[in-house]
Amino acid sequence: MSDTPPLSITTRKLNLWYAKFQALINVDVDIKHGIITSLIGPSGCGKTTLLRCFNRVNERYGYVTTTGEIKLLGKNIYDPDVSLIELRKSVGMVFQRPNPLPISVYENVVFGMKIHHERSQLTRAALDEAVEKALTETGLWKDLKDRLDHRATALQLEQQQKLCIARLLPLKPEIILMDEPCSALDVEGTRAIEELMFALKGRYTIVIVTHNMAQARRASDECIFMLLGELIEHSRTEDLFLKPRNPKTAEYIEGRYG
Amino acid sequence: MTVPDSKQPANFSFAVREAHRPAWAVFGERTLTGLIYLCGISAIVFVLSIFVFVFKEAAPVLFGGKFSLAQFLFSTEWYPTSEVNKRYGVLAMIVGTFSVTGVAMVIAVPFGLGAAIYISEFCGPKVKETLKIVIELLAAIPSVVWGFIGLTVMSKLIVQYTGAPVGVNILNGGIILALMSVPIIVSIGEDALKAVPDSFREAGIALGATRWQLIWRVLMPAAKNGLLAAVLLGVGRGVGETMAVLMATGHAVHIPSGILDSVRTLTANIAAELGEAPAGSDHYRVLFLTGVLLFTLTFAVNLIADLIVRGIRKK
Repeated sequence: MSDTPPLSITTRKLNLWYAKFQALINVDVDIKHGIITSLIGPSGCGKTTLLRCFNRVNERYGYVTTTGEIKLLGKNIYDPDVSLIELRKSVGMVFQRPNPLPISVYENVVFGMKIHHERSQLTRAALDEAVEKALTETGLWKDLKDRLDHRATALQLEQQQKLCIARLLPLKPEIILMDEPCSALDVEGTRAIEELMFALKGRYTIVIVTHNMAQARRASDECIFMLLGELIEHSRTEDLFLKPRNPKTAEYIEGRYG
Repeated sequence: MTVPDSKQPANFSFAVREAHRPAWAVFGERTLTGLIYLCGISAIVFVLSIFVFVFKEAAPVLFGGKFSLAQFLFSTEWYPTSEVNKRYGVLAMIVGTFSVTGVAMVIAVPFGLGAAIYISEFCGPKVKETLKIVIELLAAIPSVVWGFIGLTVMSKLIVQYTGAPVGVNILNGGIILALMSVPIIVSIGEDALKAVPDSFREAGIALGATRWQLIWRVLMPAAKNGLLAAVLLGVGRGVGETMAVLMATGHAVHIPSGILDSVRTLTANIAAELGEAPAGSDHYRVLFLTGVLLFTLTFAVNLIADLIVRGIRKK
C-alpha cells in the first residue's frame, strides 16, 4: 500500500440545514480513491444527506442550505464555475428503489450519452457498443441481449437495479454513490449487487449508504459511522467492527440502539 | 358475505361474528351494496338508453326506403325545407366540425401542454395555486358567454387584422374552442405530470440532465398516456361543443376553402334547426340521425384513444 492513497472526496466543516433543522454538523471526511466506503448509522443520522451532497442533488429542494467545502478530486464542487451537469456526469448515483426510466432497456443505458453529447457525435455503432459493454460489465448482457427493446420498468427488481448501475458506466464516472441499493431486493439480488460492486471497485470510487451492518461489514473496505448529523468514526471496516475507538460506535454495532 | 381466503387458516372468528350481527345491520349493508352496484352500472344504462332513444327517433327515415345513407354522408346539399326537392347532405357540416376542431387543437394543444408543464415543473407553489384556480375559473365560463365573445370581440379583431369579409368563421370558432379546451388539457395534463414518480426526476437529475432534457426525455415518455388523454378530451370537447361554435362560426353550409371561411358544425345545425322541425317529420328524423353520427364520431375518438393508450401500456 502506498503511504498517501489519493483521495476522491474530502469535506471540511460541512454543515447542512433542511429549513431550520440541521442535518449535518461540521462533517470532515476523507474518502479514498478506488475503494468501497460505507456509511452507517441509525435512521436520521444524516448518512443519506451526506451522500446526496456529493452530487448536489440535495439542492433540488429550495429549502436546503449548505456551508463548508466539498472537494471532489481536488475541486470544490461549490465553486461558482462548477457545472452541475458535468459534476453529475462524473458522479453517478444509484437509488434506494430501482428507478430505471420508463423507456426501453437500450434507451436507459444510452440515456446519459444522449444527454451529454450532441446527436451528431453519436453513431448507432458507438451506442450499440456502449450498451453491450455496460450490460456485460453489470452481468445483464446474457439475460437481456434479446430484450433490449423491452420496457425497463417491467424487468425484475434485481435486473432493474443492475440496469441503474449499468446506465452510469457509459459516462465513465469517477465516483458511484449508492443509497441503500439493496433495500428493495431479496437475498439473491443483494448478493448480486454486492458482487457487482466488487467487480467495479478499483476503477470507481464507491460510496454506499446502508442500513444493514452485515452488508457494510462484508462489502466495504472502509466504514464511516454517523450519529445525529455528526461523523463519529471513520476507519478500515474491520477495525471499526472489531476495535471501535469511540464508545458510541461500539454501542451501535453491538445493537444497543439504532 | 366474506369469502374465506384459501391461503388463510380457517378463520371461524369471522363466521361467529356474522351470525351475531343484528338483522337490520345485515339488511342495511345488503341494501347499500345494492345501491352502490346500481350507481356503478348506471353509466352503462344511461349511455345505452340515450343511444337507443336517439337511434329510435332516427330509424324510420333511415329504413324508410327513399332515404340514401350515402347521400346523407357524402353530399354537401342541405335543403331540408325545400318545397320541391328536399335534400339532406351533411358532408359540409362534417368538414365544418373537423376544421373548427382542428384549428382549435393546433392552438390549444401546445398552449395547454405548455401551461401544464410550466405549472407542474417550473413555477413555485404560490404561483401554482393561483394559476390552477384561475384556470379552473376559465373552465367555469358558460359556453354561451364564449360565443358572445366570439360574435362581438373576436369577430371585429379578425376582420380588422386579416381583412376577412366576415369575422365569424373557422378561425374565430377555432380560437374560442381552443380557449375552452385549454383548461381541460391543462388540468388533465398537469395531473398526468404530477403522477410521474419523483424517482424518475431524481434519476434524470442525477445523470446530469438539464431541465429541458428532463422534460423531453423523462417526463414526456413517462406521462404520455395521461397527456394523450388530455389532448383527446380536448378533441372530444371540440367535437361536442355547440353553443359557442354556433355563434362564432357563421353557420354557412359549404365546404370551406380556407380558415377565414364560415362553416356550420353538426352540433350547431341540430341546435339551430331541431326547434323548428315538425316532430316526426323527415327533417326532424334526419337531425336525430345527425345525432347518431355525432355519437358515433365521439365514440370512435374515445375508442381509438383507449386503444392507443392500451397499446402504449402493453409495450
